[in-house]
Amino acid sequence: MPGSIRGCAMSRSDPRRRALLAALVLGALVLLALFGPAASPYSYRALDWRHLTAPPGFVAEHWLGTDALGRDLYVRTLSGLRLSLLIGLLATLVSVLIGVAWGAAAGWVGGRLDAGLMRVVDVLYALPYLFIVLILAALFGRGNIAVLLLAIGAVGWLTLARVVRAQTLSLKRQAFMEAARAGGLSGLQMLRRHVLPNLAGTVVVYATLMVPQMIVYESFLSFLGLGVEPPRASLGSLINAGARQMLSAPWLLLVPATVLVVLLLAFNILGDALRDVLDPRQR
Amino acid sequence: MLGYALRRIAGIVPVLLILLTVSFFVIRLAPGGPFASARALSARTRAELRARYGLDRPLPVQYAAYLRALAHGDLGRSYSLRDEPVAALIGAGLPVSAELGAAALVLGVLSGIALGIGAVLRRGGLIDRALAPLAAVTLALPSFVTGPLLALVFGLWLRWLPVAGWQPDTPRDLVLPAITLALPLAASIARLTRAGLLETLSASYIRTARARGLGRARVLWHHALRPALVPVVSYLGPAATYLVTGSLVVETVFELPGTGRYLVMGAIDRDYTLVMGMVLVYGTLTLLANLGADLLHAWLDPRVRHEPE
Amino acid sequence: MSSIPASAEAHGASGEATALLALKSLSVRFAGVPVVDAVSLAVHPGECLGVVGESGAGKSLTFLAALGLAPPSARVSGEARFGATELIGRSERTLDALRGRRIGVVFQDPMGALTPHLRIGTQLTEPIRRHTGLSARAARARALELLEQVRLGEPARCLQQYPYELSGGMRQRVLLAIALSCDPQLVILDEPTTALDVTIQAQILALLAHIKRERGIGLVLVTHDFAALAGLADRVAVMRNGRVIETGSAAQVFHAPREPYTRELLAAAREPPGPAAAAAAADASGTGAPVLAVEDLAVHYRRRAPGLRRAAFVALEALNVALAPGESLAVVGESGCGKSTLTRAALRLIGVAHGRIAWLGRDVGTLPERRLRPLRRALQLIFQDPLASLDPHLTVERLVGEPLEVHHRALGAAARAERVAAMLERVGLDPALGARRPHELSGGQCQRVGIARAMMLAPRLLVCDEPLSALDVRAQRQIGALLDALRREQGMSVLLVSHDLNAVRRLCERVLVLYQGRMAELGPSEALLTRPLHPYTRALLEAVPVADPDVQPGRLGAVPLSERGPPAEPGGCVFRSRCPLASVRCAEEHPPWIEARAGHWVACHHWERGADGMLRA
Repeated sequence: MPGSIRGCAMSRSDPRRRALLAALVLGALVLLALFGPAASPYSYRALDWRHLTAPPGFVAEHWLGTDALGRDLYVRTLSGLRLSLLIGLLATLVSVLIGVAWGAAAGWVGGRLDAGLMRVVDVLYALPYLFIVLILAALFGRGNIAVLLLAIGAVGWLTLARVVRAQTLSLKRQAFMEAARAGGLSGLQMLRRHVLPNLAGTVVVYATLMVPQMIVYESFLSFLGLGVEPPRASLGSLINAGARQMLSAPWLLLVPATVLVVLLLAFNILGDALRDVLDPRQR
Repeated sequence: MLGYALRRIAGIVPVLLILLTVSFFVIRLAPGGPFASARALSARTRAELRARYGLDRPLPVQYAAYLRALAHGDLGRSYSLRDEPVAALIGAGLPVSAELGAAALVLGVLSGIALGIGAVLRRGGLIDRALAPLAAVTLALPSFVTGPLLALVFGLWLRWLPVAGWQPDTPRDLVLPAITLALPLAASIARLTRAGLLETLSASYIRTARARGLGRARVLWHHALRPALVPVVSYLGPAATYLVTGSLVVETVFELPGTGRYLVMGAIDRDYTLVMGMVLVYGTLTLLANLGADLLHAWLDPRVRHEPE
Repeated sequence: MSSIPASAEAHGASGEATALLALKSLSVRFAGVPVVDAVSLAVHPGECLGVVGESGAGKSLTFLAALGLAPPSARVSGEARFGATELIGRSERTLDALRGRRIGVVFQDPMGALTPHLRIGTQLTEPIRRHTGLSARAARARALELLEQVRLGEPARCLQQYPYELSGGMRQRVLLAIALSCDPQLVILDEPTTALDVTIQAQILALLAHIKRERGIGLVLVTHDFAALAGLADRVAVMRNGRVIETGSAAQVFHAPREPYTRELLAAAREPPGPAAAAAAADASGTGAPVLAVEDLAVHYRRRAPGLRRAAFVALEALNVALAPGESLAVVGESGCGKSTLTRAALRLIGVAHGRIAWLGRDVGTLPERRLRPLRRALQLIFQDPLASLDPHLTVERLVGEPLEVHHRALGAAARAERVAAMLERVGLDPALGARRPHELSGGQCQRVGIARAMMLAPRLLVCDEPLSALDVRAQRQIGALLDALRREQGMSVLLVSHDLNAVRRLCERVLVLYQGRMAELGPSEALLTRPLHPYTRALLEAVPVADPDVQPGRLGAVPLSERGPPAEPGGCVFRSRCPLASVRCAEEHPPWIEARAGHWVACHHWERGADGMLRA
């Protein structure tokens, strides 16, 4: 009993407030990504020969300046944000689908299937998986977003599969599962009524924390020149381009980097806060 | 313990073999091939080159030949880099990459654990309060962002440290890359150490130890720290994987002559032997690092040793 | 409170001066909420103070706070003097000079109270070396001596072992050895016997009595169980909601309690012998066939033992038992004897090695799970940990209504809600609780929800696996009464697994005693619990503490025995390694299962010797 009291005294701030704040920031970023580019007269690929490498505020219509080809940084950053978000969310979806199916199957069926499925995860886990994605992306998918997406999504499911399996196993051992069986529920009914609803919270938390990871992977591939092809831009390719001119035009690095960091932070804070909200025992 | 270690080491070989086999066939399945991009070559020269590297033979034969050569320690020759032996290329780059990785590992682990302990020693103190937000920001910053930013601030604006490049015997060149690589590691480990210690310190056996009047220091170092570090040690496996991958970015950002660049280069140029060499080296490294983390875990927790597999 | 003058009275003016430990209006607050509220207590040299109360009464926290061991968020005020030293607000360093040296502590939960990664030897010599400055060798010698004093077999081997290699009782002995290691003047024991088997519990209590006699030190015994205090405590303090509500000499509190709450706790601990349970009238629709019957049932587990290859572990062997309609049968035995396994196997929730299982006269041993499902509604199960048995994300209403959703799909939502509300009322829950989730309920309420869910389909058999042991003393009585009432009303059978022999006598007509997965004795509860035939049953009965300071001392006088024996070699009687009557024959042949008296079966070669005269009145 003292434990529970200590638990609540230790919590830093109300996780609900943190979650709300992070969700608001994310909402704003999504709106910006969707409608922001339309507010500018330029498109992400329009070249403005009169204003090359213009710093922010130097030219009235180029709010955040231009790059070496005179392309508008505001529009490019926001369309990069749009692409990064899209890839991050879709890759997460791929991961979640594979991870939940894999982990739940292993945990629920158990026995040899479990051993086999988890052995695969163990082996993949110990590999420098991003290297493999790199190789795949370099071999098959330079600039091909669909391949990129699959490659990134194929990486992220490992942790989720492990977590879902562990959770399923521990659920299976719970007395309430035995109660359900003794009550005459079929395997499918138990899965639907008692396993999946209890997994949902964990999956939501992990998915939220996975989106920023996926965005980082995409940016990382783009940074290495294996992601989106110019003239399209993602946050990673913008940062890569900015890093090359950081002495002469630091805004080209700082603007996309700031957007990326705010985006990642918002997702991370939202995920952590959701974990606290959904599982008060873990606090 | 020794038996456990030997069993685990033996377990690496098949995994490595599977990895090599899959990579071998996957890279050959990719569209295009070596010398395909070099337009200037005549069809005849191209065929000659292919024959020279044995690429005209059926795939299973190539595979058997590769394994046979590998068993003798021969990694083959690069197609794209002036016919250099892959082993020599790796031999030249690996020390740089290894030095960077080792420096980042030591820096990240030591500072992470120290920060974590510091936060717990003074609950509500400066470290404790600053740790969570700092770690969150650090973890949200990918290395390809921190690298350029650090270079911008410390190299270009403050001019304290060299920005890029590598001269042998100048450890100053290593400082920024190592810090870039170590930052997320330190943040994760500091968080894990803090959480682990807080949890252990609330365990009932810590209360028993305190009730024996053993003194704060003894309770912390002897009774609490070892179990508290278990999550840190289990994190070392993923951390090793992170270091291997992260070194690639950092080497690119700071233009270090490590081995990292060969991977992307080799894959784009369809330099099969070079890519295979990289897969072998980095695969072995990650597997060994993961193994090391597991062995440390077994040492920390006597129960693990008895679990078969 | 009235308690303060009471304690002063008992010891007169000199009470404070000679006290080893004196607490004066000690309070502990968490976030402003008092959890320990102005407690004043004193312990004197050579005296044992018993502190009793239900969970959440603040009894453990009182002493943790006095020793500076309360959680960091606790705000402690008041006084706690050890001799002339004030303990409250002192530095860790000052307290460390007393803790372990002058004051020994034994905590609840022997499983978690030892550092998992350090050998027993290290943990035992640590305080000795620190406080007495003995050399490593001398400390080791002292440690061996201590382990012998707490009656641990093979002390030298034990020093080399890790905590996880020891059983609960052995760990409790190690903790006691650690507490005694520097010859303290005072030892505080926090629930030292909770979570232990009744036989081990008796051994530990006897050991404590022995230590008290030999060393003449002050003891504080914190417990929820009045029976554990009987014969040990010289004075008793009763705590409730953070306050001491009654203190007095043991005789006074046990025989003439002043507070109604004390009387209630005592009544719960001291069940009147009363008439044993009688069969409920079986309902007319009963076919007369046994509700549940198992024949020659065996369950084997594949177990991973440390350092060994996988070995089959015999959880149950050669089990034959049948439950008539309306009958109630109890299964008793120490932990690990296979009682829970029996219930799971009989309900076909785990696989069996061989044997026949019949439900309502129908052989179900070979039916596939799909065909079992509709039959399951007649056999329902309730659990030891009521909270864990309820899906945390469902409301009480959904939980109780689920059996209807699954088995009576035709029923509309409104009709279902009506029946759920009626059932909640029947089990003594306010239907308004239907919207709550399990973690918002108390343990007793959760168990009522579990019972309501099980009763929803009007089962013919209710299997109860330790349904009371996770509950507070008073909730135990209420839930026991509810189960009994439901059984009589519904004419259903009950299979009760329990280690609480008082509850068994109250609720069941027949008792089955299991030892290491085998049947030791089966008979009518009245006969079996008063005139047992098997030496093991007798040991179990003698181990049950009696909440009476006049009876209990005689039982504590016995020489403390060593731990439970190792599993017996195959062949022969499994109990022989612990049996006082064991003979050559017991090692050679397994005793037959014979009907020694009418309806009273036993598996012992020497049951006749046991039956005559050996049992005290």
